[in-house]
Amino acid sequence: MPEKLLTRYIHEPDQAEITAYMRRGGYEAARRALRELTPEQVIEMVDHAGLRGRGGAGFPTGRKWRFVPKDAPVKYLVVNADEGEPGTFKDRTLLERDPHQLIEGIILASYAVRAHRAFIYLRGEFHRARRQLQRALAEATERGFVGKDIFGSGFSLDIVLHTGAGAYIAGEETALLESLEGKRAMPRLKPPYFPAVMGLYSQPTALNNVETLCHVTQIVRHGPEWYRQQGPPVLFSVSGHVARPGLYELPLGIPLRELIFDHAGGVREGRRFKACFPGGSSSAILVEEHLDVPMDYESLAKVGSMLGSGAVIVMDETACVVKVVARAVKFYRDESCGKCTPCREGTVWLSQIFERILQGRGRMEDLDLLEGIARNMTGTCFCPLGESVPPSLRNSLVYFRDEYEAHIRTGRCNVLQPA
Amino acid sequence: MGRLSERAKEEILRLQGLYPQARSALLPALFVAQGEAGFLSQEVLEEVAGLFQLPVNEVASVASFYTLFHRKPVGRHVIHFCTNLSCMLNGAEEILDHLCRRLGVRPGETTGDGLFTVKEAECLAACDIAPMMLVDEEIYGHLTPQRVDEILERYREEGASLE
Repeated sequence: MPEKLLTRYIHEPDQAEITAYMRRGGYEAARRALRELTPEQVIEMVDHAGLRGRGGAGFPTGRKWRFVPKDAPVKYLVVNADEGEPGTFKDRTLLERDPHQLIEGIILASYAVRAHRAFIYLRGEFHRARRQLQRALAEATERGFVGKDIFGSGFSLDIVLHTGAGAYIAGEETALLESLEGKRAMPRLKPPYFPAVMGLYSQPTALNNVETLCHVTQIVRHGPEWYRQQGPPVLFSVSGHVARPGLYELPLGIPLRELIFDHAGGVREGRRFKACFPGGSSSAILVEEHLDVPMDYESLAKVGSMLGSGAVIVMDETACVVKVVARAVKFYRDESCGKCTPCREGTVWLSQIFERILQGRGRMEDLDLLEGIARNMTGTCFCPLGESVPPSLRNSLVYFRDEYEAHIRTGRCNVLQPA
Repeated sequence: MGRLSERAKEEILRLQGLYPQARSALLPALFVAQGEAGFLSQEVLEEVAGLFQLPVNEVASVASFYTLFHRKPVGRHVIHFCTNLSCMLNGAEEILDHLCRRLGVRPGETTGDGLFTVKEAECLAACDIAPMMLVDEEIYGHLTPQRVDEILERYREEGASLE
């Protein structure tokens, strides 16, 4: 049975305190790495562990770090702690319960890319996480783990905690950098603005998600081989119509069925499974025939969806799929930054059509309109936000067309409502 | 006369010093200003703009992009009520209706006594305890109409004991 790594101590009430964290082996990995390993060796360990970014895009972390030019005089590490993908609550949990695990990961990552300044871009709504991080940073600084000449290695690092102000788009890496520069969080053109070469203040910047950096801590602490044997582990946030919603650390590739039914307790008593988002609201919804899909990057891509942020949102038979997709569309409409036309206009048009269908004023031609707008948004949006809309919309039109048609025909919802 | 205290201005200057470029402190500075003034009026934005040597329209443009900045007065307590997918699937709509009826407001409005502002929020990353809401800095989950009433009562009593 694989061991839990990232969430092993999150239920210990004192884990956020540096003494407890250190008593359980904390900061030993950073100490050893800074004293005995070269930055290149740290990157090799992360490569060897096969770590892929856990913010949603799944890009190999070691490769991302190698894009940062070694000889650049000024470099930054930026931590994406702007968790906002609907259904996802892993990063907030890690930040609140085990902030030192992240700080240790920041030290390791900064050392790997030779950055002397790190910024944590924390979601503005995460008040408890902010208090925990402030305290943890003060503790780590007091011990000399952050600051000048860390562990007598000669390596120095400052960490600044920065708070966002409410904008889902700031989770997109280039929009995050704009926001961190004090501007509206609007995505930048790639190329030339690949963060690794032209990031914060146009300097090379390594940008990693909270969970990713916690994995780095565990990889260096336990070694990549043992880490791989534990799965490798992934955090799944399971919510919606399940008996035991919660955070589950399980091996990559666990079948979706096992995750929902064995770990999260399945759908509630007497209800039937209907559909789910397997990786946040940006991933295409899946249905019963997909339940045996392994929860890994390739298998989910093969069925037209994605692992994304690992957020599984489950719907049982009482969920109205039209209403669910309409709500997701409304989210992207409200969070669209307005920079590009397909996203800005497409999400508004889609919302208008959904509104009229849900209000009983829908027309059968609306289904072709939805399909057409989805097609025209695919591959045409400036950033992943707009691109997140079509997959679930199209799957819902394939698998639940009868539900849309019933709405339009009868002017009301015909889905069984909860007792 | 300026609206911001010397202390707030000093704090903003300190924040500017944390970054290689002072402009990076704009969002944190707007939080400082809002914390003191209650909301970001045109006068407050002008003062912040002055501290950054930016045109006020530039600062207003940034402030208006982000949902946590208030451009008009809000109540003593701001309730962010999540209506996104996991909360919706767990009955958020009905509970938000109940909350709004109890307070006699619609989402986006402030109660007549100035105690509560209700805002619809996007996913607040606490889907395991859906349906949920954020009151100021505190998360409340597993909401039911009854639990909402209890929470409101607690804030009302707290307010009464302060007066």
